[in-house]
Amino acid sequence: MSPAIGATLNRVDGRYKVRGESRYSAEVPVPNLAHAVVVNAKVASGRITSIDTSEAERATGVLAVLTHRNLGRVANVPRLLPSLAGLAAPGQTFFPMQDETVHYGGQPVAIVVADTIERADHAGTLIRFEYETTPATTLLDQARDRAYVPERIFGGLLPGQGSRGDVAKALAEAEVCVDATYRFAPNHHNPIEMSASTAIWDDVDRLTIYDSTQGPNAVQLTVAELLGLPPISIRVVSHAVGGSFGSKAMVWHHPTLAALAARHVGRPVRLVLTREQMFTSCGHREEQEQRITVGARADGRITALRHHKISLTSPFDDWAEPSLQSAAVAYLNPNYEGVYHLVRGNTITPTFMRAPGEATGMFALECAMDELAERVGIDPLELRMRNYSDTDPESGKPWSSSGLRECLQRAAELFGWHDRDPRPGSRREGQWLIGTGLASALYPVTQPVNPQRAKARIYNDGTAVVEAGVSEFGTGVFTAMTQVAADALGLPVERVRFVGGSSNLPNITAAVGSAGTSAVGSAVHVTACELRDQLIRRAVGDDHSPLHGADPARVEVRDGKMVLADHPDVGETYSDLLHRTMTPDVEVLGTWNPPPQDAGYGIHTFGAQMAEVAVDAELGVVRVRRMVGVFAPGRVLNRKLAHSQLMGGMLWGLGQALMEATRMDPRLGRWANASLADYLVPVNADAPDVVVDTVEMRDDVVNPIGIKGVGEIGVVGAAAAIANAVHHATGRRCYELPITLEKLL
Amino acid sequence: MRPISYSRVSDVGTAIGTVAADPHSAFLAGGTNQVDLLRIYVEQPRRLVDINDLPLKQVEELPGGGLRLGGLARMSDVAEHPTVRRRYPMVTESLLLGASPQLRHMASVAGNLMQRVRCTYFRDTEAPCNKRAPGTGCSAMEGVNRGHAVLGTSECCIATHPSDLGVALMALDAVVQTEGPAGQRSIPIDDFYLLPGRTPEREHPLTHGELVTGIDLPPLPVAARSRYIKIRDRESYEFALVAVAVAMSVAGGRIAEIRLALGGVATKPWRARAAERELDGAPATPESFTRAAEAEMAGATPHGMNAFKIELGKRTIVRALTEMAEREGSA
Ligand SMILES: Cc1cc2nc3c(=O)[nH]c(=O)nc-3n(C[C@H](O)[C@H](O)[C@H](O)COP(=O)(O)OP(=O)(O)OC[C@H]3O[C@@H](n4cnc5c(N)ncnc54)[C@H](O)[C@@H]3O)c2cc1C
Ligand code: SF4
Repeated sequence: MSPAIGATLNRVDGRYKVRGESRYSAEVPVPNLAHAVVVNAKVASGRITSIDTSEAERATGVLAVLTHRNLGRVANVPRLLPSLAGLAAPGQTFFPMQDETVHYGGQPVAIVVADTIERADHAGTLIRFEYETTPATTLLDQARDRAYVPERIFGGLLPGQGSRGDVAKALAEAEVCVDATYRFAPNHHNPIEMSASTAIWDDVDRLTIYDSTQGPNAVQLTVAELLGLPPISIRVVSHAVGGSFGSKAMVWHHPTLAALAARHVGRPVRLVLTREQMFTSCGHREEQEQRITVGARADGRITALRHHKISLTSPFDDWAEPSLQSAAVAYLNPNYEGVYHLVRGNTITPTFMRAPGEATGMFALECAMDELAERVGIDPLELRMRNYSDTDPESGKPWSSSGLRECLQRAAELFGWHDRDPRPGSRREGQWLIGTGLASALYPVTQPVNPQRAKARIYNDGTAVVEAGVSEFGTGVFTAMTQVAADALGLPVERVRFVGGSSNLPNITAAVGSAGTSAVGSAVHVTACELRDQLIRRAVGDDHSPLHGADPARVEVRDGKMVLADHPDVGETYSDLLHRTMTPDVEVLGTWNPPPQDAGYGIHTFGAQMAEVAVDAELGVVRVRRMVGVFAPGRVLNRKLAHSQLMGGMLWGLGQALMEATRMDPRLGRWANASLADYLVPVNADAPDVVVDTVEMRDDVVNPIGIKGVGEIGVVGAAAAIANAVHHATGRRCYELPITLEKLL
Repeated sequence: MRPISYSRVSDVGTAIGTVAADPHSAFLAGGTNQVDLLRIYVEQPRRLVDINDLPLKQVEELPGGGLRLGGLARMSDVAEHPTVRRRYPMVTESLLLGASPQLRHMASVAGNLMQRVRCTYFRDTEAPCNKRAPGTGCSAMEGVNRGHAVLGTSECCIATHPSDLGVALMALDAVVQTEGPAGQRSIPIDDFYLLPGRTPEREHPLTHGELVTGIDLPPLPVAARSRYIKIRDRESYEFALVAVAVAMSVAGGRIAEIRLALGGVATKPWRARAAERELDGAPATPESFTRAAEAEMAGATPHGMNAFKIELGKRTIVRALTEMAEREGSA
């Protein structure tokens, strides 16, 4: 039996998906279901002075109209903490509909519950609001002078600033200096499935919520705290989730609102956000600007890096996506200063979005590196090699594993980097200017802070079920977990089933920050190994077993049969053992204790990105022709899944580079393009030839299965490689994303 | 969604009669625009009259060499029609570069001509918008207007007309056939689209209940040498930033015949008459093309974010003409 890990296994849920049989949270059949529609504030700042709900209440099919006047107060809003912690994880520390104040456009101000969604929606338009508006801040440029340096950012997980060495001095003494400012439009996740919650009260203290989430346990704990109920009262189920990209990583208002509405009308209630509401209800990547100053010697060796970011956050929370983490440690550099500046504005609290922080921070660094390469006259690849650090430059500790150089080299081979003429504008094919660019990719590996658990049960027919709370939001985690469990148990994958997606199952932290697979994978591995070892111990202790008296350490399991490693003909199957001993099943609950964050190693994921673009010389149109991404994500559990994740990430980076921007109308305080027709993401026709490869670097430190995650690293550096390629094609540097054609006219 | 009533009719007379009798009613063709606007409360009919069973789906030869596209012919069927492809390639290209295959299978050509603007404020019922709510003002004028028009604008409205097909039809001098309570009419395409002026809410000269039964493409040999190019932010599934429909013939190095229309830059599908005047009889050279582009865009008015469209428009015109001339040269 060849190992399942590393194989190219099709997704275990694939056939349900393509047949349309996967049950999403808005599709779970529930008898007597009512539908809730949220009504949002159309102003960005002010006070509701009057609400007239009478017409809405009279509309056909309406069961209830809820506003701050009759919704009731939530018990307690938990503190902001990324769901990685495994505790309650509200998206923001503000809960709407508690009073008449409006803090941001799109804030929920009413809920209509009706027998059909269309009737609820229509009744929502019949509510008359009057507002007393106050001036709103919705753009960075409106309030730069009010910027402050927060104590901590990112839900308290990271400090607002950091430094080492003497940056000012090193910059003053630098032989070469690149100083550039990069601007980033706000971005929204736009998963294909809109967030949805179906809330069912079986009793006053028994609530089930079907929710589209990255973390059923986080929803359970958050809603419990908001409703003032013990967690035992709430069960959260997430059968299938249609993508998230961070929009379902934190717990936003809709599950709680659905629960409150259901309690109010005494019926199960389903609440599905509209596409437009997805732009104001689950966070976004904030509008931001980053200034990078790199000091170097004439030979390109970096001597100093100053990296400042200014971004817009909400009135409630000091949120900035952590853009400075990877740039700070990407290269050997003794003098460093990184500072976050925040401006409070009238917005929902921003949130995680795929490759949170590094999608922008590494863009800034890698574009500055390209400029540095040009200034010192060194090939951009060579510049990265020259500045490579084999220890974490911040802590001085060795990397648990790196792979940056290997990735760059492999990418260069696959891409044909070495034939490149470095002069900008040197290649032309008809109307097209051709350019190539590269970037390093780094993404931190974040360990869950709390123990991760899983449960494994084997039946006497030799099939096993392994369970953990994690939900399947498109990453293929259920498939990968089936493989991990199969290998640990020594069973073929067909005899193992992984079950997840419920808060009743053993607690696993929300699958965020690329830590999902490693957290649940480690727990599943530890648990399945524990079950296997228990069965082996039973066999060697049983005088009727052919393995009686053997050293358990010398027994291994092949295809469900426990055998002596050096006499594989001696042994018995799990099934034989269990039948003989009249045991229906054996079950264990296993726990993986993550290593502490400072385990004596720097832990990061590395990769390299290369892109070739064609820029229409007169019309400014940019087309990406090909992309090569090589990554070192530790062990690869499933080639196909990893390939899809990494390729998806690279195309995501393409969107970030060329298309994605949410436009704020500051007069209205609302997004002006909150639809998929107006917020552009790449379509198939934009997708170039994408080559993905991995360099497998063994890592025994990070976790027992040696994986670092593939969800985000594919994004990092992709946009920078494209921007650098645009410069190579045209001689123009773009300091603002997305690079739309007018910037190249 | 508002409560609405719905009926399906199978003959033209009933369709017209039903809609004409109720001021709060509307025709429903493919629904790709109508239902979308209904859901966001921008269109508020109380009654929808489904006209998909009307016998108006054919593409027919007209005596004299023209072609009639039935009003309910699907975008995809017209695009793939061999005669359309051969005699009017710009029509095929304008259709295939629009929307997506799924939408084109649903959408009718009459519906395409009648589609409403994509202006974000028009679609946001809370924002001032003269087109949706006359007299409330124009939010786009100083708002998010990157996609808006630079030609044919007024102080009341600067929304771009979104139809690609309309641009090709404008270049071809197509004629819109209608039938209404007052009988049948033939409306030249240029008159079918109204400039916003002070009444941006009025986009067409149609009366309530007047049905577009067909679109006549005139016999026009030069149309066989035509093309449609569309510049946009992504390769597919997006409206034009600039589009150019061009038909041209060159004889002895000079432009013998020229038809040029623009999309994405104007409040209606825009016949580039100033450019045509420059080009007519001029040498088929880059200088002529540039002069023509300058002439056409001389009347353009920028509004903040869309200023780039003037330069982009010029360059796209030059590109289209240059490519046509090269093709002509090699033909
Ligand atoms: C995402 C998206 C992208 C798109 N991209 C493009 C694009 O790139 N280029 C482009 O040109 N178009 C584009 N479209 C628009 C699309 O082509 C139109 O929605 C479609 O052509 C409308 O046709 P329909 O038959 O669906 O009309 P409907 O939606 O049924 O009707 C539209 C309007 O026309 C009226 N109407 C319909 N038929 C008649 C008739 N026979 N007589 C009188 N009035 C009538 C209706 O009452 C309604 O007011 C896009 C649409 C979408 C949704
Ligand atoms: S441009 Fe026209 S459609 Fe847009 S807001 Fe102004 S008036 Fe309304």
